[in-house]
Amino acid sequence: MNLNGTSRLPELFVKHEQQLVSSWIEELLRPGNLRSDLIREVEVREQCAELLRLITQAARSGNVASIDTSEWSPVRDMIANIAKTRAQQGFSPRDVATFVFSLKRPVFGVLASELSSDLPALTAEIWTATELIDKLGLWTTDVYQTSREEIIQRQQEDMLELSTPVVKLWEGVLALPIIGTLDSARTQVVMENLLQAIVDTGAEVAIIDITGVPTVDTLVSQHLLKTVAAARLMGADCIISGIRPQIAQTIVHLGVDLTDVVTKATLADAFMLALKKLGASITRAAIRS
Amino acid sequence: MPVVKAETLPILVQNDMVIVRQSVRAWASQVGMSIVDQTKIVTAASELARNTLVYGGGGSVNMELIQDGSRQGLRLTFTDQGPGIPDISKALSDGFTTGSGMGLGLGGSKRLVNEFEIDSAVGEGTRVTVTRWK
Amino acid sequence: MERIPILKMGEFLLVTIQVDMHDRLAMTLQEDLTNRISQTGAHGVLIDISALDMVDSFIGRMMGNISSMSRVLDAETVVVGMQPAVAITLVELGLTLSGVRTALNVEKGMNLLRASVESTRQERADAGRES
Repeated sequence: MNLNGTSRLPELFVKHEQQLVSSWIEELLRPGNLRSDLIREVEVREQCAELLRLITQAARSGNVASIDTSEWSPVRDMIANIAKTRAQQGFSPRDVATFVFSLKRPVFGVLASELSSDLPALTAEIWTATELIDKLGLWTTDVYQTSREEIIQRQQEDMLELSTPVVKLWEGVLALPIIGTLDSARTQVVMENLLQAIVDTGAEVAIIDITGVPTVDTLVSQHLLKTVAAARLMGADCIISGIRPQIAQTIVHLGVDLTDVVTKATLADAFMLALKKLGASITRAAIRS
Repeated sequence: MPVVKAETLPILVQNDMVIVRQSVRAWASQVGMSIVDQTKIVTAASELARNTLVYGGGGSVNMELIQDGSRQGLRLTFTDQGPGIPDISKALSDGFTTGSGMGLGLGGSKRLVNEFEIDSAVGEGTRVTVTRWK
Repeated sequence: MERIPILKMGEFLLVTIQVDMHDRLAMTLQEDLTNRISQTGAHGVLIDISALDMVDSFIGRMMGNISSMSRVLDAETVVVGMQPAVAITLVELGLTLSGVRTALNVEKGMNLLRASVESTRQERADAGRES
C-alpha cells in the first residue's frame, strides 16, 4: 500500500507487464493446464497478452476494487468474448475461470519481489489482488451462464418452429395438426407458418386439427379464432377439426362464439368438406371382375 | 436504461404520420426485429400518431433506441398538449371495432407492444410511451 | 392533390394502393371509388394491397366502408394481397374485417368477382323466370 492507503497494484501492473504476461503463459502452458486439443498455444499467448494489457490499462485508473465501472468494461468485454469462444470450443466453465484465476501466482510473485521488506504492505496488496482476480474469475461464470441461457432460449424457439408443421394435403388444402398446448407464443408461430404456407401454396382451405391439444379454454379459443381470422384475411377459409366431446362441452360452457367457424369432428370429415369447397370429389375406379 | 440513439419528430400535419411510420419502420429494422414485430410497432405508432394529431391537436413523438443488457428495443413516446383523456380505462377497452367507444385504438395498440404506459390529465394533455423489444 | 388511380377492367374496377397513405388520401379514395362505381355501373371492385406493409385501424375501416358502400351500389369488393405480417397485426389490433371479402392475389380475386357476378346474374334470371 502507498502511504495514503491506495493500492500499488496499478503501478506494479504497469511496471511488470511483460513479466506478468510471460509468467502467466508459463503457468497456463504447464502440462495438464493447456488443453492443446482444444486451443492452440499461439492463441493462448495472444489472449494473455491482450487481456493483461487491458487489465493494466483499467488499473491505471486507480480503481482496483470494483470491476463494474466503465474503466473495466474493455476487460469485461474481452473476458466475455474469451468465455464465449472457449465455451464453443468445448471448454467447461471451470476451465475458463481457471484461466483467469491462474493469473494469481504471477501477480503474487511480482508483489513478493517488490514488497519483500514490507510485510504489512505485502499482505494488504495480496488481498487486494486476490479480490480483484476473484471478481474477474467470477465474471466468467456470469458470462457463461448468460450464454447458456441464450442457447436454451434459442432452442426453445427452434422447438416451437418444429412442432407446428404445416402440411399440404391436396392442391389448395393445408392441414395444421397442433400437438400440445396452444399458448400465445405458439399461436404467433402457428399464424406465421400458416400464413406463409398460404402464400407459398395459394391454398384456399386450411384445416386446423386440435386433436392433440389437451385443453381448450377461453384463451386457447381466442388464439384459434385469431388464427382463423388471420387466414381469412389472406383469402383462406379455416375448418377446425378434432373437437373431442369434452372440448365441445367446454366450448359451449365457456360461451365461446364459434358461429363463424366451421368445425368438424375428424380431420377426415374436414378434408371431405375442403374438397367439396374446392369443387373436387373422389371417385372410385370400377373394379374389374 | 442506456439510450443508443434518439430523435424527436413533429406530428402536426397529416403527412407527418407517414414520416413517423417510415422512421419507426427504419429504426425497427435497424434493431433487427422480425418483419411481424416491425409491422406491429409501426402500426401501433400509426394509431398513436393519429391520436396525437387528431385528438390531441398535434404534438410530437420521441423515438429512442434502447439497450437493456444484451437486448435492444425501440421506445416511442407520443406527447400532446390536447384535451387529455377523461376515462383512461374506458379508452383502453376495445370500442372501435364496433364503431362505438372513443375510437382511439389504445387497447389495440397496447396488444401490439411489449410495454405500454399512459399519462393523461384533462386539460393538460396526454403522453403515451410504448416499447417493443427485439 | 395526389389521388390513387382507379382503373376500369371490363365490368370491374381495379385499385392498386402503392403509397403509404395518410388519412386524407384514404378518405379521397373512398369518395372517388364510390363515385366511379355509380358512374360506371361496375359490378366489382378489386383492391390490391400487396404493396402495403402496414394497415392500421383507419385504413382497415376504410376498406370495410368501401366494401359496405359498394354493396349498396350493387358491386362486390374483394381485397387482395394482404401481407402475412399485416394480417397478423390487424387481427392482434382487433380488426377482423369480417364484412370484407379477401383473396390471396389479383388472379384469385378476379375469379372470385366473376363467380360472384355470375351467380348474382343467375339468381336474377331464375327469379325473373319464376315471377
